[in-house]
Amino acid sequence: MTAIARPAPAPAPTSGLVASLLRSRRLVQRNLLVYKRGWMVIFSGFFEPLFYLLGIGYGLGTLVGDVPLADGRSISYAAFVAPALLATASMNGAIAESIFNVFFKLNFSRTYDAILATPLGIREIAVGEMLWSLFRGTLYVVAFVLVMIGMGLVISPLLFLVIPASILIGASFSAACLAASAYLRTVQDFDLPMGLVIMPMFLFSGTFFPISVYPEPIQLAMELTPLFHAVELLRGLATGALGWHQLWDLAYLVAFGSIAMWIALNRLEQRLIK
Amino acid sequence: MAVIAGSRPGPPPLTGALEGALAGAARVVQRNLLVYRRTWRGSLFGSFLTPLLYLTAMGIGLSQLMASGGTTALGGVEYLDFLGPGILASSCMQTASFESTFPIMGKIAWRRNYEAILATPIEVHHLLIGELSWIGFRLTTMATAFMIVLTLFGIPRSPLALLAIPAAVLTGVAFAAPIMGFAATRHNDAGFAPLFRFIINPLFLFSGTFFPVSQLPDAVEWVAAATPLYHGVVLVRGAVLDNMPSTWPLHLAYLVVFTAITGYIAYRLLRRRLVK
Repeated sequence: MTAIARPAPAPAPTSGLVASLLRSRRLVQRNLLVYKRGWMVIFSGFFEPLFYLLGIGYGLGTLVGDVPLADGRSISYAAFVAPALLATASMNGAIAESIFNVFFKLNFSRTYDAILATPLGIREIAVGEMLWSLFRGTLYVVAFVLVMIGMGLVISPLLFLVIPASILIGASFSAACLAASAYLRTVQDFDLPMGLVIMPMFLFSGTFFPISVYPEPIQLAMELTPLFHAVELLRGLATGALGWHQLWDLAYLVAFGSIAMWIALNRLEQRLIK
Repeated sequence: MAVIAGSRPGPPPLTGALEGALAGAARVVQRNLLVYRRTWRGSLFGSFLTPLLYLTAMGIGLSQLMASGGTTALGGVEYLDFLGPGILASSCMQTASFESTFPIMGKIAWRRNYEAILATPIEVHHLLIGELSWIGFRLTTMATAFMIVLTLFGIPRSPLALLAIPAAVLTGVAFAAPIMGFAATRHNDAGFAPLFRFIINPLFLFSGTFFPVSQLPDAVEWVAAATPLYHGVVLVRGAVLDNMPSTWPLHLAYLVVFTAITGYIAYRLLRRRLVK
């Protein structure tokens, strides 16, 4: 399980942001090596949002009919739900990669203890895991956006902005998941955050229907969640129903991701450096 | 971790084959119960929370969007009523499937509990019956919790709805049997993600949980109707809404036969893996 660190080709410069980023790529390289044997796990991940799109978007869509947008237009339920599925896929990808896998490496396989014996430090590990998660997520995002375009579900000229926006969403969720994984101690610890945070967000944050169906206080609570802003941002870009509030969504996600990354770095340092 | 066989007061007297199998299986259940004593709070909490959240979100939120569409496609029932029993059946499928992958893999290959257990008078078929009964027990507690939530939403039509609990448990066990067999052939967990993504999740989405399978193209409808979840959903929904179709014995027979055949295959695979 633990990789034997190969002798570094040349003593890498020890400080500086660029040097640090360059070292992080070693972790991406490591994960790539590991997945060479488990590529099916990565490949199959693409089908999850696709099946949801077919099942919920079209199957349920025939029962729902059209959905009104904020700017007064009505769109098909599939077009309404597709950007939300993209946002939740980014979130779920981050959970799989940055909570479960990182937790396992931190507590069971002790991969990081081995990695810290190389020139890589905490910052490089955290950034490396995030880059890896983004690499994997971007594959899914691009594939899913192509499917959306093929099915005529991206009805806005800004469609290519959907891809960078999804990557930003993946990055901020990945940072949050890294922070969470550094706090979890046992497998049972997962139940609470998954049941009390992730699932309610998945179901209530405007993914499957507009949050306007709720009473005011619940609407306000939902507007505080990161998934709500992710869904709003992508739905705006995909449907063309854009307004100033998308800038607010963008700012929220950047701030959320940055704070989470800061927490993750501090907590990982506490856990790994003794 | 490993049980030291010699330290026990003495092996249970195993007389008849059936009696022996039941006694052996009971030991396996007892062992799982001991482990579960440390973790039951979290899983019970989840058993109530999952249906509550799904019904609140999908049932209430989506049915508002559907108000104009009418409910003729659903057979004249409200969407919340249609969805509740569907989620009950598919939750049992998901829980049973999960419990048959990683935990079983762990006992075969990672922690090697089965190796230790087989050093006692317990045999492979006791193990399999025990693990399936254990999953049946877990599903019963889950389905009961679910039924309480459904009752809070006013969904069950009559006391006959209680029959949905055994129907949902049987649906779950029908998945546990083949998946345990699959786990017995694996040497790492890489096969489980495709299993969930290509089989369990599509069934969750397309077997009549969220919308009637009649909405699907004919070919897909036939595939859906060939899977155990479809039959489980029909039985559970029929019991909860008190509109059981007259074809119910066929659906029930499908689940029983499917479980028996896949259970036997699982036994052969487990045996091949564990007995050298």
